[in-house]
Amino acid sequence: MANVLANIFGSSPVKPLKKHINIVYRCAKQLHEFFIASIDGDWDKATKFRDEIGKLEHSADDLKKQIRLSLPKSLFMPVPREDLLELLLVQDKIANRTKDVSGIVIGRKLQIPPPIADQFLEFVDRNIDAAKQARTSVRELDELFTAGFRGAEVDLVAGLIEELDQIETDTDDKQAALRGALFEIEKSLDPIDAIFMYQVIELTGEIADMAERVGRRLELLLSH
Amino acid sequence: MEAHYIYISLAAVFGLFMAWGIGANDVANAMAASVGSKALTIKQAIIIAAIFEFLGAVLAGGEVTSTIRKGIVDTDLMSGDPKLLIYGMLAALVAAGTWLLIASKNGWPVSTTHSIVGATVGFAAVGIGINAVQWSTVGEIVMSWVISPVTAGFIAYFLYQSVQWLILRHEDPVARARRYVPFYIFLAAFTITLVTILKGLKHVGIDLSMMDSYSLAFLLAIIIATIGAFFIQRIEPDKKAEKKAAFHTVERIFGVLMIVTACAMAFAHGSNDVANAIGPVSAVISVAQTGIVSAKSTVSIWILILGGVGIVIGLATYGRHVIATVGTKITQLTPSRGFAAEVAASTTIVIASGTGMPISTTHTLIGAVLGVGLARGIDAIDLRVVSRVLVSWIVTIPAGAVLAIFFFFLFRAVLP
Repeated sequence: MANVLANIFGSSPVKPLKKHINIVYRCAKQLHEFFIASIDGDWDKATKFRDEIGKLEHSADDLKKQIRLSLPKSLFMPVPREDLLELLLVQDKIANRTKDVSGIVIGRKLQIPPPIADQFLEFVDRNIDAAKQARTSVRELDELFTAGFRGAEVDLVAGLIEELDQIETDTDDKQAALRGALFEIEKSLDPIDAIFMYQVIELTGEIADMAERVGRRLELLLSH
Repeated sequence: MEAHYIYISLAAVFGLFMAWGIGANDVANAMAASVGSKALTIKQAIIIAAIFEFLGAVLAGGEVTSTIRKGIVDTDLMSGDPKLLIYGMLAALVAAGTWLLIASKNGWPVSTTHSIVGATVGFAAVGIGINAVQWSTVGEIVMSWVISPVTAGFIAYFLYQSVQWLILRHEDPVARARRYVPFYIFLAAFTITLVTILKGLKHVGIDLSMMDSYSLAFLLAIIIATIGAFFIQRIEPDKKAEKKAAFHTVERIFGVLMIVTACAMAFAHGSNDVANAIGPVSAVISVAQTGIVSAKSTVSIWILILGGVGIVIGLATYGRHVIATVGTKITQLTPSRGFAAEVAASTTIVIASGTGMPISTTHTLIGAVLGVGLARGIDAIDLRVVSRVLVSWIVTIPAGAVLAIFFFFLFRAVLP
């Protein structure tokens, strides 16, 4: 017997969205070990982390599709469905960028130039921090839904997003400094490697950009 | 005289079966939220449901039973041939039961109340004559089917808004929940006991004055709220669980309230839905016993008890599984949200029971859930299912009627 009361509840998007950002963050986090291995020249180890990144990106993708399918237009939700789908999309892009970066490095066996290696790792870590902060913010979705997107919970999330913005600004500064440092030594590098090095920096920086956009999307939800 | 025993046994069997079905399927809606939120275990839910469904049926089920028994059909028209009423009421029971079986096989969300009212109107209008239906009462009943979900929705909306304003949107929701939840317990207990005292006690032979009724309800509600407050004070915040979900402790405090609202829902459900099973039975029995159609006699208490027992058997044999299944599916109805829906629904239902209106408890509860949803309390409501409910709402009445007409002519042809 199909029970009406049970069926009028559509599948809640909250837990799946939280699960998705968890996977995405775990994916981005792999970059730390991945780059340490690649700087050490241990490509077997780096490949292992690259595979892990690929797997996590893939499962984030699967979950994304699943969430989309479970959010038909007939659902009545406290916030617009479109905003939730947009949030999901930018969350997913964090994993996509992670995969792109690791792909270029593995594909070309791209060696991070030793003079900027430490600075580069710091930059990567800061981007991972941004992804982590995005996760912390999205994890508050449950409480936001319960409180009806008003009150103390909104202030709390607004504070988290502000922190996220600061981290992102920090990655921007680090990115500029890193490009400057790379420019100083680029003459000593293989020209093609140098070009790709710039691209790796660019793509890595986009992880924090996407994390910041997760914050922007959450902010839009708060304003409802 | 021989034939009368056949009628009475048939009516009792059909009525018991109907009550069993109500206990097996519908009670789950009243109890599932409390089980799903882990405020109650299945076992506790069964015990609470058994006690309060029975109390609701016996104490407050009389008015609605009277409406089904003699409010829809103009029994005066049948005083010349009392057997017609017996055939008709038996037909209504069988028709409603058949329709419910068809519907549940196909997963249609139909209401027991709508089926039995549709069936009663059907046999009376076609089997006896258009004038045999008291159309003004039927009109009131149909209006109440619109009004009850809407009313429950409004109450639920404001209740959940108040929870958000008073508790959830503050920085110290746990302290605030401790302070305010006892008031909600009082509110829930007061409305339910008041309506019961005002409308129910005369069925068991107690008659209180208006003033006494209010004082008694007030006193009982204070006692229940104090007991609730005692348990709420003993709830220790679980810091580890709160890291994962900030409202963990708040929800546990609301869990205490969910126990009270579960009692209220079971009581309300018993008071309204027992009539669907035993309204026709009591009509058959009173005609068969006396041989005349009388609009004067009241519903005897043992018939109400029969209905209550039927519901409890249904609950114990089959209903427990349904409660468990539904409970796992409605986890979105956390205690802070579920209580708002349940207080709104049970209040509306008990008031309807007091005025003798046979309404759909499930639809009323759905109205209340939508109310919480409008207060931005539910993560996602599937509007497709809501529209399916509306469609089956409309289809059930003619379907019940057509089946009842068929069984009416069948019984008139084969029964003595």
